Parts: sequence; C-alpha cells; structure tokens
Amino acid sequence: MHDSAYTRRLFLQRGCALASIAATVPCFIERSALGMLGDPLLASQPGVPEERILVVIQLGGGNDGLNTVIPFGDDEYYRARPQIGIRAPGAAPQNAQPAALALDGARGIGLHPNLAALKELYDEGIVQVIQGVGYPNPNRSHFTSMDIWQTGRLDAKGSGWIGRYFDNTCNGTPRPEASVAIGRNAPLALEGDVQKPIAFENPSLFRWNGQDLHASLKDPYDRINRAGGGAAGAGAGAGDTQKAFLMRTALDAQVSSDRIRAAVAKQTLVPYPGHGLAGQLKTIGAMIRDGMPTRVYYASMGGFDTHGGQLGTHGNLMRQFGESLAAFQRDLKAQGNDGRVTTMVFSEFGRRVKQNASGGTDHGTAAPMFLVGPQVKPGVFGNHPSLTDLDQGDLKYGIDFRSVYASVLEDWLKAPSEKVLRARFANPSLFKV
Amino acid sequence: MTEAARSRTTAKAKANEMGNPFQPLAKKDFDYGAAQHLLNRAGFGGTPAQVRALVELGLDDAVDYLVEFKGERVSNEGFEFKGDILRAQTPEERETLRRARATNDAETIARIERERQERQNADRAQVAAMKRWWLARMIETGRPLQEKLTLFWHGHFATGYRTIENSWHMLMQNGMLRSNCAGSFADLARGIISDPAMLKYLDNDENRKSSPNENLARELLELFTLGEGNGYGEGDIKEGARALTGRTFRENAYFFDRAQHDAGAKRILRRSGNFSGEDFVSIILEQPECSRFIASKLYRFFVNDAPGLSRDGAETIERLAKALRDARYELRPALRALFRSQHFHARENRLAIIKSPTQLMVQTIRSLGTPARSVDRLVEAGDLMGQGLFQPPNVRGWPGGRAWINTATMFTRQNTAVFLITGRSTRGPATGAADPYDAMHLVEHLRDAASGTLDARECVRSVATFALGGDPGRERLAELDAYLESIGGPRATITNDRLQALLCLISAMPEYQLC
Repeated sequence: MHDSAYTRRLFLQRGCALASIAATVPCFIERSALGMLGDPLLASQPGVPEERILVVIQLGGGNDGLNTVIPFGDDEYYRARPQIGIRAPGAAPQNAQPAALALDGARGIGLHPNLAALKELYDEGIVQVIQGVGYPNPNRSHFTSMDIWQTGRLDAKGSGWIGRYFDNTCNGTPRPEASVAIGRNAPLALEGDVQKPIAFENPSLFRWNGQDLHASLKDPYDRINRAGGGAAGAGAGAGDTQKAFLMRTALDAQVSSDRIRAAVAKQTLVPYPGHGLAGQLKTIGAMIRDGMPTRVYYASMGGFDTHGGQLGTHGNLMRQFGESLAAFQRDLKAQGNDGRVTTMVFSEFGRRVKQNASGGTDHGTAAPMFLVGPQVKPGVFGNHPSLTDLDQGDLKYGIDFRSVYASVLEDWLKAPSEKVLRARFANPSLFKV
Repeated sequence: MTEAARSRTTAKAKANEMGNPFQPLAKKDFDYGAAQHLLNRAGFGGTPAQVRALVELGLDDAVDYLVEFKGERVSNEGFEFKGDILRAQTPEERETLRRARATNDAETIARIERERQERQNADRAQVAAMKRWWLARMIETGRPLQEKLTLFWHGHFATGYRTIENSWHMLMQNGMLRSNCAGSFADLARGIISDPAMLKYLDNDENRKSSPNENLARELLELFTLGEGNGYGEGDIKEGARALTGRTFRENAYFFDRAQHDAGAKRILRRSGNFSGEDFVSIILEQPECSRFIASKLYRFFVNDAPGLSRDGAETIERLAKALRDARYELRPALRALFRSQHFHARENRLAIIKSPTQLMVQTIRSLGTPARSVDRLVEAGDLMGQGLFQPPNVRGWPGGRAWINTATMFTRQNTAVFLITGRSTRGPATGAADPYDAMHLVEHLRDAASGTLDARECVRSVATFALGGDPGRERLAELDAYLESIGGPRATITNDRLQALLCLISAMPEYQLC
C-alpha cells in the first residue's frame, strides 16, 4: 500500500494542489503529505517534543463511582449499600465477593477488586484518580448529562469541547485524521463547528464497499477518487468550487483509509483481551504506533446503567475496563509511545449512594475520573465526597469536570482553555509537565 | 408624453429588465437539463421518464406542478403514532407516589420509576418510527416540494428530540411546519411561538414575568427572522423576552399562562406598546431585514450553497425578498418566481449545491429508480452522514454545504449508494438487500427502434450525464468506457448487471455529491 512510487505520486499531486490553491487548502496537508513519506527529519528531532495524544474513554450509562473507587473506610458506605457494598480489605467475607484493593497514599479508599490490572498501573505511578467530579445542578438524564460532558457546557448546547479545541487551533481549518472515534457514531465531543472527526466501528468499514462486488471495480474507483486537487485535468479539481472541494476530500478519505487499514493490519506488540473496549484500544494503539497525525482518539464502552442486580454486571464491566486499559498501556510502553499519550476516563454521572430495591443503583451525580499515563501526577486527587452531606441522596461534587478539561487542555494539549471552554476554570494542574 | 419620450422610457425599462436575473427563463430554454435541475432542487429528482414529462409540461406548468403540490398525496399507511405515551401522572398515581415516599416504600417507588422508564423507552421507539415514516414519505410522495420545504423549515426552526424528549411534540411541530411550508412565513413564525416542542426546546416554558428567560426571544431574532446582528440589539431581546412571557404548554397543547405574562409597556425595534408575543412577531415581520434573511436562507437551500455570492446571486436574493414582502410573506409566489428565474437556471447554479444526506438517499432512489431496500438502514445512514431527522445538531440547524462532507461521511455516502444500487452492505444483512433492481429503465428510451439494440457507449454517456446531472466530462466517460470494455470486451453490450456496476462507479465520483 505504501510503496514509494505511490506515495511519491500523491505527494507530488499534493504539492501541485498546494501551489495552485494555497488559500483554501487546510494546513494539515503540508504535514500529512510529509508524514506519508515518513520523513525521518521531521519525525523525531532531539529536543523537539513529539506531538501529544489524548485518548478519551467514555463509560456510557452512568458508571457507579462508589463501587469503582470504594470508600471502604466509611461505615456509611456499607449502611447505604448492605447488599452491593464491596467489602474492605481484611474484612470478613459476607458473600463470595473479593475485597476492595486499597490504594497506597489514600486512606480508606480502594479500587474495585476486578480492577487489579488498573491497580498495577497505579502502583507503577501512572494513574491519577480524581474523586468527586461533577457539575452544578446535576442532570440525571443520560442524554442531557452526556451532552453536558461532551459540550463542556451546562446548557448542553453547541459544539463538542474537543471539536472546539481543534477549531481554535490550526486557524480553524479542518484536518482529517485530527480526531478519530471508534464507534458507529462520532461523539458530540469531537464535533467542532469546522473540525469533524473520523468515526468507524471497524477499520474495514472505512473504505468503499463497491470493490467487494467485483475486483474489476477497484482500479477505476481508485483513479476516480485519487485525482484529488491536481491531476483531474484542466482545472477540474482546482480552485474553490464545490467540485474541487469534494475532489480534495475524496483524496483525503482514500489516504486516511489506506493509512488506518495498513496500521491496524500489523500484529500488535502485546496481546489484548477479547473485550469490546480492548478491541477499540487495540485499533487506537495500532494507529498511534503507525504515527498517524491524530491528536485525539475516542473509545467508548456501554452497559453501565446498572439499575438492578448490579453486583455481577458491574463486576464484569470493571474487569473488562481494567484489563483493556492495562493492555493498551502495555502496548504503548512496548512501542515507546507511552510518554506521548494520556488517557482520560469519564462517565456522564455516578449513581445514587443508596442501593435500590432491585440490588442496583439509580442515576446519581458526582463520580471519579481517571487520568492515565506517565505524565500525569500519580495518586488520588481530591477528597472523596461525603456520604452523609448529600444533596437529595446524591453526592456533592468537589471538582468541576470543566476544571479537569482545563488542565488537560492547558497542560497536556497546550491550548488556551478559556477559548475552548468559553469560560475560565481553575486549572488543578493534574500533569507533571 | 411624447412618442420619443415614451420610447426612451420603454427602452430604459427594457434595459433594466435585461440585466435582471430574476426574470423568467425563456420558455424554449426549458430543456431536459433545466427540467432535471428543477426536479432535483424543488424535489428529490426523478427518473428520465419523469424528467421528460416535466419538459413536456413546459416551464410554467412544471413549476406550478411542483409549487402547487399537484402530485398525489402520500398515505401514512403502516404508521400510527400515539399522543399519550408521556401523559402526565393521574391524581391517583401522584397520590400513590406521595404515600410511597412518605412511608419509604422502596418497592413502589422503584415500580413507578420503572414504569416511567418504560414510557420513556416507548417514546424513543416512537421517534425512531417517526424517522422511518418521514423518510418513507420523502421517498414516496408525489409532492416532493412539500417534504423538501418541511425539511427546510425543520432545519430553520431547529428543534431536537433529545432535548425535549417528547416524540408527539416533535410530530406536532412537523405537522405544523408541513401544513404551512409553502403558505405564509408569518404563519410559520406565529406557529413556532405557540409550538410546544419549540417552547420547551428554547426554555420558554420557564419564561416568566418575574424572571424572564431570553432564549426564545434571542433565537427568534437571531436565527428565525432577522439574522445575527441585523438591525436589533440586546435591548430588543430583553424586551422581546418579556413579550413572550407566559407562552407555555400543558400536556400536548399550547397554553397561555396569563399570570406569568408581563403585560407591561415594552419598547421593541423602535416601537412602544404593551406588546404580546404575537405583537413581537408582527413587529419583526415589518422589518425588511426579515424578508432578506428568509430570502437568503431559501437561496442557500434551493439555488447555491457554495461560499461567496455572485452579483446576480445578491440581486436575486434582493428580488426574492421583495417578492416575499409584496406577497405579505406568502411563500408560493416567491418560490414560483424563483424556480422560473433565469438565475435559478443559470450555469453558475447548476450542480452548485452539495446534497444533504437526505437528498442523497432520496434522490438516488427516486432518480435511479432503485429499491428503497431498508428504510431502517437508511435512517441509520442519515444519522451517520450527519442528518438525523428530528435531531438537528443544535438550534442553528444543519449548516449544510461543505459541512456535510468529511473523509468519514464521504465513504458513508458512497457506500449508501452502493447499498441502494446493489443491496450490498458490510453492516451485515439488511431487509430488502435482495430486492431486485432493474436499472435498464434508465436506457430503454435509447433502444434502436428498428434493430431493438442498445449502443453501449451511448448508454454510458446517457446514464452518466443523467446520474451526475450534467456533462460528466471526457475523462470520466473514458474511464467508464474503459471499465465496460475491461469486463465485456470491445463489443461489450449493456446488461442490467453491467449497468449496476457502472452506477456504482458513477455514484462513487465525488461530483455525484452535487445537485
């Protein structure tokens, strides 16, 4: 796929495009054209930091924060959750459930026993647990609260916060591949006014289906869609016409498709478990390894809406989440890319303190977030919300999620958070760098 | 007036009109290409036979046919929607809940919560069915402009289901937009400030005398009528919000809550009085900026959505605005003039619009005559391509134009066309995938009367020109000819399978996204 004649030709075509329609060509082109050649001069120069990557993992449905980061030192926890509370380390087992995994440096706080893989990362010093994250006047609708988190706005309206980050960089010219979501739909978080994400459930779907009908269709299709800006004859693809714009985008799509599919076709350096989230992170790991110019990746996992009989369900989800994340982190380390990547984990809300009558929990409010990577300040950040000082049975948040975004934007992505979040939020300084 | 003066005046008037892009197209210029352009823009395209029928009608009758909705009405068969899924609690239910709370009866509280959840799930299922219903309407209707205008107004008065979470209110709004879609903009504007879905979406149910909420007033001025920054200020928003206080809804109907309405004196757009919400709208409609804003949105939707605006384009918008004002905001006369105008048919406006996802799907079905295969699958594809019906991205609606297109939607667009033409999908089996498609109807009119044969190259040229809505260009034709030869040899004949393969390639051309 990446034979040099082919990429050279593309590069030359792009060179043409750049010369003839410089004013309308998005700024990614220079870099991705060079990137395609794998120019070693640009790839890693001493003293020039590699571009940083943010991976977002969304836990959809409202993850039970109290059974994820467990306040086992607080008796109130067991009073509120007589059947579904996770026992303290060393406490006598009441049922077959294992005990919480105590976190060093945080008294009375532990991880869900099925998060053993995550606990290992914590012990390595690359996990930050942020406690009690939420926002004022919490909304308990899945849709609305998720939109609030994804827009970074309490009215849940407008573009996504990561989309706005891109809109505010690179002169607002869209860059294909800047953000990639694994999933059928692109999350609102990545939708800017200008910047639009690439989204695919499976890299094999990110291509033209027609070639599967008959092999003879592939070559003419390629010629039709790779003409791009320069080679379509007497100016057909040049200029700023709608047609020229479509021709350029079609070429970009082919290039992205080739790159992504070539990237994921390679054997990974470490094995991944078979869970859905692991598959997504595996794809993301492959793209990072391949040196894609993507700055933000988005993965998601659902099923956290545990209204009934949650002990088993939530335990499985925890195991999948922890093992998937740990495999991803091992992969990044094996690649030597771990220092470039920070992973952020969130859910649209936590759950109520008291268990309900069906052995589950209903929609709640504040919950923990995770930041993972060697560049985050490790340990437990913020206090666990009080289990007695409640707001209508729900936890009061201690840290506004938009403050976490502010730190991610300013300290990790080096972007002005105020412009992106449209308001000033105190930066809790969550990174070493 | 002397003879000479009279002739000078006539000459001057003629000269004025000569440069007028809003003048009707000469009747003789209404050819096949013009008719296809009209049917694509004022509808969702049609088969070669339908285009020819439109040419036969001639410009005036063809435009009338579309604008007057003379085609057959579409039936709602197979769809039935309920207005009481999210009904309010009965007094008995409220009492049960109150008692359960008082006695800490967790089981009853959980049951009531479960029932509420079930009603919400049923409502989401209903909105999913509504998406299929509307898309099917667009595919089947004999009055395509009616559905297209309804879609236009849905994007203009954008309201999203996920925010209001009430499918029946979305359906009522859809009905209000449809019944006024080609009527008077004044009725639409008045309708929208009495529309439960919009009142909820923009928080006017919380707009009270004691604490006005400006959301609806702001968007009414900024997005629905005058356009951002066009002749109003923050003060007008504040005073307009007061005029709109008390406009709310009870259950499924608009309700004027007199106690919450601020009946005091207001100053809006340089006028003073004890204005109501209706007065606020009337004052807005008096502003010429309103007609210009609506004209320019219609222009972007129906004529040209490329960045920038030509001199003729600006002039056309101005004249369209005047046509709206002259007809007291009646849309039909303005649309009729627009669709007949030279500018609408001018070369610069042919293939100048990027098809919306809905247009892409419906036009592919209606023009190529493919089976619709799976409306379910098409609804999903519409979401993926960025046009979820009943779910515009925000109150600004769909920006349209280039915003539709990115590397991911490009593949989805191409693959959706492949699905319609062949039934092929990598998303797994779909109902309707095996429905037969006879593409030969696209070329039947080219069959030689004497020999009964088809000239392959002529077929390729004809189908490509038709599907792309204009001259495909030498290179594209050469590519298609070469393909046909590669699979059938130099004397390849046209068969249904080959035609389908050619259509897959044609629909994968970036320019297929234009209409």
